[in-house]
Amino acid sequence: MVLSPADKTNIKTTWDKLGGHAGEYGGEALERTFTSFPTTKTYFPHFDLSPGSAQVKAHGKKVADALTTAVAHMDDLPKALSALSDLHAYKLRVDPVNFKLLSHCLLVTLACHHPAEFTPAVHASLDKFFSTVSTVLTSKYR
Amino acid sequence: MVHLTADEKSLVSGLWSKVNVDEVGGEALGRLLVVYPWTQRFFDSFGDLSSPDAVMGNPKVKAHGKKVLNSFSDGLKNLDNLKGTFAKLSELHCDKLHVDPENFKLLGNVLVCVLARHFGKQFTPQAQGAFQKVVAGVANALAHKYH
Repeated sequence: MVLSPADKTNIKTTWDKLGGHAGEYGGEALERTFTSFPTTKTYFPHFDLSPGSAQVKAHGKKVADALTTAVAHMDDLPKALSALSDLHAYKLRVDPVNFKLLSHCLLVTLACHHPAEFTPAVHASLDKFFSTVSTVLTSKYR
Repeated sequence: MVHLTADEKSLVSGLWSKVNVDEVGGEALGRLLVVYPWTQRFFDSFGDLSSPDAVMGNPKVKAHGKKVLNSFSDGLKNLDNLKGTFAKLSELHCDKLHVDPENFKLLGNVLVCVLARHFGKQFTPQAQGAFQKVVAGVANALAHKYH
């Protein structure tokens, strides 16, 4: 699966329109993931996962910042995300199935806040983008 | 069987009562075909699916989406017996349509995205959680008779 030029345009344009809310959306996507898919909470026994948790918001911002980096480096994701890829492979070891769950919740969050932007074509491009990022982050698992 | 709390049942029925089932059906099926183009394999007879606009505007896609979502809607009235409700459809999807049940999961998640788009902030994490249980239950029920 390859990101086409049209996909890259869709992704960049959409990400630019988030208007500085990316961090907030990252937190919301995490909250949605924990609520809809409770097994994902097993990776955060050390976190307060109650609604409004400052730790979840901070972590959501971290995730969003990494995605912003990814958007800026779509032509070389393995290099741009190399450190994160190492982290996930050797330290965090989050089972790959969970990347799909978070990706889905990122789509849901964006659909909620930017309904007009979230056209079928943009939906497709974003899904591909999150899938590509997920593949890079799990690429060193074995 | 789907286990929804009283609050979750209330969230689901509250939001669903505001859904234009015919329209949302067409949108959900259309988006499935656009976002996961390999799902088009089941719809060779539908005509032009060559671009997102072609898919979303295709009258056969809209009609079929309407059919699918009306059926899903029936399921919502029988959350305590989804397997019974969808038994015949499960057999049909296995024996006649030969649809990989993975597709039911894909459509369920696309439907959740469509609901999110329509409802915005009303589609809270709790509402999403309730609907994720429902779409998972329906997908399992539709896969139940496969052999």
